[in-house]
Amino acid sequence: MSTYVLKGARILGAAASDVLVEDGVIVAIGPAGATSRAGAEVVDADGLVALPGLVDLHTHLREPGREDAETVETGTAAAALGGFTAVHAMANTDPVADTAGVVEQVWRLGREAGHCDVRPVGAVTVGLAGTQLAELGAMADSAARVRVFSDDGNCVSDAVMMRRALEYVKAFGGVVAQHAQEPRLTEGAQMNEGELSGVLGLQGWPAVAEEAIIARDVLLAAHVGSRLHVCHVSSAGSVDILRWAKSKGWAVTAEVTPHHLLLTDDLATTYDPVYKVNPPLRTADDVTALREALADGTIDAVATDHAPHSHEDKDCEWAAAAMGMLGLETALSVVQEAMVETGLLDWAGVADRMSTRPARIGSLEAHGTALEVGAVANIVLVDPSARRVVDPFALASRSRNTPFAGRTLPGVVVATFLRGRPTVLDGKLQ
Amino acid sequence: MKSHLLSAADLTHEDALLVLDTAEELARLADRPIKKLPTLRGRTVVNLFFEDSTRTRISFEAAAKRLSADVINFSAKGSSVAKGESLKDTALTLEAMGADAVVVRHHASGAPHRLAHSGWIRGAVVNAGDGTHEHPTQALLDAFTMRRRLNAGPGEHQATVGTDLAGRRVTIVGDVLHSRVARSNVLLLHTLGAEVTLVAPPTLFPVGVDAWPCVTSYDLDGELAKSDVVMMLRVQRERMAPAGGGFFPSAREYSRRYGLDGRRMAMLPDHAIVMHPGPMNRGMEIAAEVADSARSTIVEQVTNGVSVRMAVLYLLLSGASEGESA
Repeated sequence: MSTYVLKGARILGAAASDVLVEDGVIVAIGPAGATSRAGAEVVDADGLVALPGLVDLHTHLREPGREDAETVETGTAAAALGGFTAVHAMANTDPVADTAGVVEQVWRLGREAGHCDVRPVGAVTVGLAGTQLAELGAMADSAARVRVFSDDGNCVSDAVMMRRALEYVKAFGGVVAQHAQEPRLTEGAQMNEGELSGVLGLQGWPAVAEEAIIARDVLLAAHVGSRLHVCHVSSAGSVDILRWAKSKGWAVTAEVTPHHLLLTDDLATTYDPVYKVNPPLRTADDVTALREALADGTIDAVATDHAPHSHEDKDCEWAAAAMGMLGLETALSVVQEAMVETGLLDWAGVADRMSTRPARIGSLEAHGTALEVGAVANIVLVDPSARRVVDPFALASRSRNTPFAGRTLPGVVVATFLRGRPTVLDGKLQ
Repeated sequence: MKSHLLSAADLTHEDALLVLDTAEELARLADRPIKKLPTLRGRTVVNLFFEDSTRTRISFEAAAKRLSADVINFSAKGSSVAKGESLKDTALTLEAMGADAVVVRHHASGAPHRLAHSGWIRGAVVNAGDGTHEHPTQALLDAFTMRRRLNAGPGEHQATVGTDLAGRRVTIVGDVLHSRVARSNVLLLHTLGAEVTLVAPPTLFPVGVDAWPCVTSYDLDGELAKSDVVMMLRVQRERMAPAGGGFFPSAREYSRRYGLDGRRMAMLPDHAIVMHPGPMNRGMEIAAEVADSARSTIVEQVTNGVSVRMAVLYLLLSGASEGESA
């Protein structure tokens, strides 16, 4: 296996140093310009920030079933270009990833693609229907070694079913990732319920529908002594509940998407379905609360909820459109804009929220570890001073539904290393 | 005026008066033996209706024909939300046929906005009712009707030209949550200087209604004595069923608390008028004796609808006769 010297990399934004990577491991870190190794490939990392490879807890790769929107190959290529070395592939495929067979298939497709590690998420209930537990143990024991279970797209709304799932996964150190959405309160919901939904005549998705489920589930998790992870937290009220639950010492973690850190519900005034997402974009006050919660650790992780949709599913009227946005190739840039450039997080904080903590939540070994000698070389190099205009047609994803099209975002991923092997170099997929 | 009419909020005070005054002028046509003007000869107006609405479609059709436009009626009824893609394909078809104006009624809020801004067509788009969003020409015909009834004596319509509705008190009653008529009326009447009060049970107000340019009340009786206009909105009986949202317990209870009956009508000032956009649920939101009373403007509203829609089509199309929208 090749040897690489990353020259002048600023680890977590610190002073420049040289990082020597050999056989998939960081073997030396020395002062900038002082490290050389015969036969080593030199990567000019001058001015670049080195972070541990990013880990996404929430990715829709759409395969099997909707290969017109995304495949494991295209989705993981997008992930690598976004600086990710591991993604959790959500279970709402067709067929649903509710058996060992399906999760192993997705895992294997990920291995064959080789752009990043793919950790399948198993469905909590058979067919995401919410009525019968899927064979969680079989998925945990499979080659895919599933540890995160979620009916994402649907809420495990039945309280008894949620209780059983929380209890059951304790046997193999699993975690239930809840898509918190009270279904009755959100029937036909189109956008955040607030001043704008009334004016626009779009049916409201009230924040209380998320908050009520989170409140119930943190209490349930505490009651049965299990771990709970909350997907795509979107409201200030949810943050309050999570902060309270954490103050009790309960094993509750949560994620926020990049788009909920940057975008607000007033984009719905365009009626352009590229801004239609579930949970919906909310108000500026919610965005502020989410940023503060991510900064103080109440929210543990940034997770993309990368949701590719075909052109036909978005090029229509709002009510008819699918919900969801692309995220993998813009996540780090959005976090830089929303968190780093606002002074809320430094690069060490970004590494913690986008790599270390999500890896821990997903029970991923060799990801999210500190960049030090002896560590597995999962590394991303980002140029924080670069800016780029997001072009949906230049993305590796098979779909184009990015809400950031035409927007100038800071930060460009220059290189991504997966176990010492570059998946991206000079900003290009290898 | 803007090049489309998508929302009552698109109309400035000046725009709104221009439409109303133009409508007043065009209304005089209706008294002539030949009710036709050559103004839009050679122009094509498409009525694109994704939702049943015989009265609105006929009104636009009559308006376009009286201005000598060619009218194509395109009914895409039965198209469910799931088949939403057909909006784009239909639009492309209309564009290929050279539609100068598209009058669109759609079950999805924002569909006319999409049509106007997605680059699918070049013609002027007129919103003829979209989902639970807006119905601006209904608001214009309502304002026109109020102006005629309140600002001049019978038969003195020309005296209303140039006047607005400053200080007039308009009470709009019913299913505000689902009503595009209420939304457009609140916006337009506010622009014209009227003071609007919305009355509904709390379940039928949208979240955020406090930010609208109007006041709200749960008590109809308390509003009647000070109203110049009472506008009753249609309330669908299905809304009370659990499957329909369970917004109120029964038709009887709704009618008792929010229906306009003879007793309540007697509480109105002598000059006050009663309006309804139709179709009515007699016995539900409005009693037959009220609907058929001299205060009722329900039939006039239909007549005025044609004049107002003529004005809208005239103003949108005659200003852009070179094919490019202004």
